[in-house]
Amino acid sequence: MKVLVTIKRVIDYHVRVRVLNDESNVDLNNVKMAANPFCEIALEEAVRMKEAGWVSEIVAVSIGPQTAQEQLRMALALGADRALLVPVEGLVEPLTVAKLLAKLVDREQPGLVLLGKQSIDTDNNQVGQMLAALTGWPQGTFASRIERDGDELRVTREVDGGLQTLALTLPAVVTTDLRLNEPRYASLPNIMKAKQKPLETLTLDDLGVECRAHSRLLKVTAPPVRKAGIRLADVTELVDKLKNDAKVI
Amino acid sequence: MATLVIAEHDNGEIKPATLHSLTAATGLGGEIDLLIMGHDCRVVAEAARGLGIRKVLLADDASHEHQLAEPCAALVVSLAGDYSHVLAAATTQGKNLLPRVAALLDVGMVSDVIGIEAADTFRRPIYAGNAIATVQSLDPIKVLTVRATAFEAMPPGDGQAELEVLAPVAGPSGSCFVGEELATSERPELTAARVVISGGRGMGSKENFALLEQVADKLNAAVGATRAAVDAGFAANDMQVGQTGKIVAPELYIAVGLSGAIQHLAGMKDSKIIVAINKDGEAPIFEVADYGLVADLFDVLPELDKELGKELDKL
Repeated sequence: MKVLVTIKRVIDYHVRVRVLNDESNVDLNNVKMAANPFCEIALEEAVRMKEAGWVSEIVAVSIGPQTAQEQLRMALALGADRALLVPVEGLVEPLTVAKLLAKLVDREQPGLVLLGKQSIDTDNNQVGQMLAALTGWPQGTFASRIERDGDELRVTREVDGGLQTLALTLPAVVTTDLRLNEPRYASLPNIMKAKQKPLETLTLDDLGVECRAHSRLLKVTAPPVRKAGIRLADVTELVDKLKNDAKVI
Repeated sequence: MATLVIAEHDNGEIKPATLHSLTAATGLGGEIDLLIMGHDCRVVAEAARGLGIRKVLLADDASHEHQLAEPCAALVVSLAGDYSHVLAAATTQGKNLLPRVAALLDVGMVSDVIGIEAADTFRRPIYAGNAIATVQSLDPIKVLTVRATAFEAMPPGDGQAELEVLAPVAGPSGSCFVGEELATSERPELTAARVVISGGRGMGSKENFALLEQVADKLNAAVGATRAAVDAGFAANDMQVGQTGKIVAPELYIAVGLSGAIQHLAGMKDSKIIVAINKDGEAPIFEVADYGLVADLFDVLPELDKELGKELDKL
């Protein structure tokens, strides 16, 4: 079975983002970029499936700026067999990404598409579900465990209140939650070898998808700032404040 | 112009998150219909008729028993043409279902709405809540999930809404329910609790979480955790508060032994009063805390438990 794994280039999650003065967006100039953490988990899962012998090929895909090549090379160093980049500048909406992925699914015919549950920049949590809709495939979102059961996939999902297990017939779309696995690091020899692995670039025209706008970003503002709090000396004072000043207990 | 709200329920009653999303729906103007999908859930629909809405739509069928995305999306899509807005709470269920609905309708979607500026313009947090985007939807049908903690719960209304029973819609198969493991708790639900007390890695062990639970019992609070505490096995993962866990905005949030990473703050910084208890006075959590106590949690928690006990005795 072939697996398609999506990799998004996003701001590194340690970076404290700052809103631009003109409120057009957050400041993305000269900030550290990285692969979205949930995408790393998706890739790790694909690599483990390959190591377990039930995946034959891993194709890493990124839809984003040319510089997303860096994240694809890292994916290759971590175990992807080849990579596809669809260069698009600026913000690409989830539905457009899903349509592009659906075209890639047509082209590559994978048995499974693994995506992160959300990207930590736009926090949408949409692309996997939208791709499942467009392909007509079943979806296993927020997966914390994936097992194979004959022709089916058993996916344990993190839902409000606990865990839910579904059986999905393949092909399927699965999005990964934090606890699915702990991604490995790339070794230096693998990083060197990754430079030889194929990385193909496909344009929107190649895929025949037009980027129709579904929304307009009017502005980006900083969240309201909380006023500075006070330090207390002991528990007695804390209970007194909560009771008499804040009146919350 | 009318809004279709998708209800979340446990076959017995409507979940609080749905009541919050109904309030968000009233902010859009227009009539509101509530869709209840499930199996043997007529009692839920009957109860919902008193919510002061136009209609309750009931899809009671075995195919909707576990409210899986595939059959439910097919049903919602069959109804969506009559609505300007399709809305659900941004719970795991809403997040699972609505993007599928949006793509089938060939429209975009706006996730996790915290403010409604106009019927087509919404505010939503991005970058773990470190920025707020104002977004205008250009599609004929607006598909939205709303953050429950940003809206009040809808109070019961007057009268009895019409109840319309829907015929089953054939949807794609491909997924089936195998089982579930739900965490049981006597405490209030995390996202609906008036008081939340959360522990981080500083708690040290699963056993030490019992210290939090004692205090929680005194305050009738829900117990939360950071990702670090969950990953370390101190707490169940449905207790995680943060960007990728639950978003809470209680009246009182007590953060114990947690540093206040951006990802955690994203889940709780809209709480009314925040208390931080940490022995590291430099921890970022103190930047958002209304009341900070720089002290060892293992001294503070038993003492807090005792003090609260005294307060309870006075009542």
